[in-house]
Amino acid sequence: METALSSLATILPLAADDSEFHAPSLADFFPPAVLFEGTPFEINRIMIVRFIATAALIIIITLAAKRAKLVPGRGQVIIEMVVNFARKGIAEEILGEKLGRKYAPIITTILFSVFFLNITGVVPFLNIAGTSVIGLPLIFALWVFALYLIDAVRALGVGGFLKGQLFPPGVPKFVYIVLTPVEFLQVFLLRPATLTIRLFANMMAGHLLLALCFSATSFLFLHAAGGLKVLGVVTFAGGVAFFLLEVFVAALQAYVFAILTAVYLQMAIEPDH
Amino acid sequence: MIGTAITGLLTAAEEAETPNPLLPETYDIVWSLVIVIILGFVFLKYALPKIQAVLDERTELVEGGLAKAENAQAEAAAALVEYQQQLNDARTEAARIREEARAEGSAIVAESRTRAAAEAARIVENAQRQIEAERLQASVALRNEVGTLATDLASKIVGESLEDDARRSRVVERFLDELEASTAADAGKGN
Repeated sequence: METALSSLATILPLAADDSEFHAPSLADFFPPAVLFEGTPFEINRIMIVRFIATAALIIIITLAAKRAKLVPGRGQVIIEMVVNFARKGIAEEILGEKLGRKYAPIITTILFSVFFLNITGVVPFLNIAGTSVIGLPLIFALWVFALYLIDAVRALGVGGFLKGQLFPPGVPKFVYIVLTPVEFLQVFLLRPATLTIRLFANMMAGHLLLALCFSATSFLFLHAAGGLKVLGVVTFAGGVAFFLLEVFVAALQAYVFAILTAVYLQMAIEPDH
Repeated sequence: MIGTAITGLLTAAEEAETPNPLLPETYDIVWSLVIVIILGFVFLKYALPKIQAVLDERTELVEGGLAKAENAQAEAAAALVEYQQQLNDARTEAARIREEARAEGSAIVAESRTRAAAEAARIVENAQRQIEAERLQASVALRNEVGTLATDLASKIVGESLEDDARRSRVVERFLDELEASTAADAGKGN
């Protein structure tokens, strides 16, 4: 991932200089303000995309809840499948029945929300994932971070929590010299940071790949000399392939985020297991 | 590694005059927070409890239905056992009744047979008794006849003019012959 980021950093400015070929750049993720420029409430294109995804999700889930019947319709079956999967397949699978039941709602919320904010990356006219700018993944990660810190301290006390995390049982004493600093970093920095960066970098890279394929296709078809136009077919095929991949990645990253939420909660609250 | 990547990105960002993507803008944080709070509120306070309630209700209903079906099946099985029990009872009862009827029938046959035998014996006895009576009557009648004949003979003997011995002997001879002939006729009739 690091190499990908650094190579991106070297490639992108070059591409941006080209006057004819408009390659995607980091500027895509910081579009000009639409409203309230320069204030903490600045609204740009990506914020609007997020609002649309949020509104769509709220409408869908509210309607599903309002129309929930004992004999479900087709839409309700799909929603219930995901809700059941989050509960049985993620929460209860990892946290056990009792804790799983307690945290299933939060894990379900994260699964739905992250998926909807990811999938905008492949929705026509929106074309960018709501999670491809770091703020939203960061807030989700901080939510998970606060949740496992607070609930673990509440369950085990400060001492019990720190002992469980920093001095994991079943290890020879001298290993703690190495293990304890690593675990400290894990619990207090790396877990929330990797949650954030994994999601945001995936969605960002997905957008860059898609935009690159399609802008190259359009450039090759419209401006390239005769023979090179054929290459446009290749880049278009690549674009379609990456489109399908991005649909999959949107779902996969939502699942990964949800399952890691469950795993981190489990490791914090039940360190003995 | 990550350090070089970040510095690389930083320089790239400076050149392109775009912010570092790893450092969130204030507005990004503000709106993200708003979105997460709204989503969390809608999901956790409204939508998920309601959906879960329906799911739980359905599970309960299905489980209740299954229990009910199980009960019904158990009841049906009990009814079947009871029915078969009754059927068996009825069969045994029928067999018993048939057995009784057969016994009674044979008893009746035996009884009528003895009664018939008794009747026959009685009839035979009556007949014999009647024959005996008739025989007695015949013998009494015979005896009377013989008396009358004897009296007749005596009067004949007394009333005849007994002139001579030859005549007298002819009379006796004739009487005895008559007597003998009537006796022989009587004996042939009696047997």
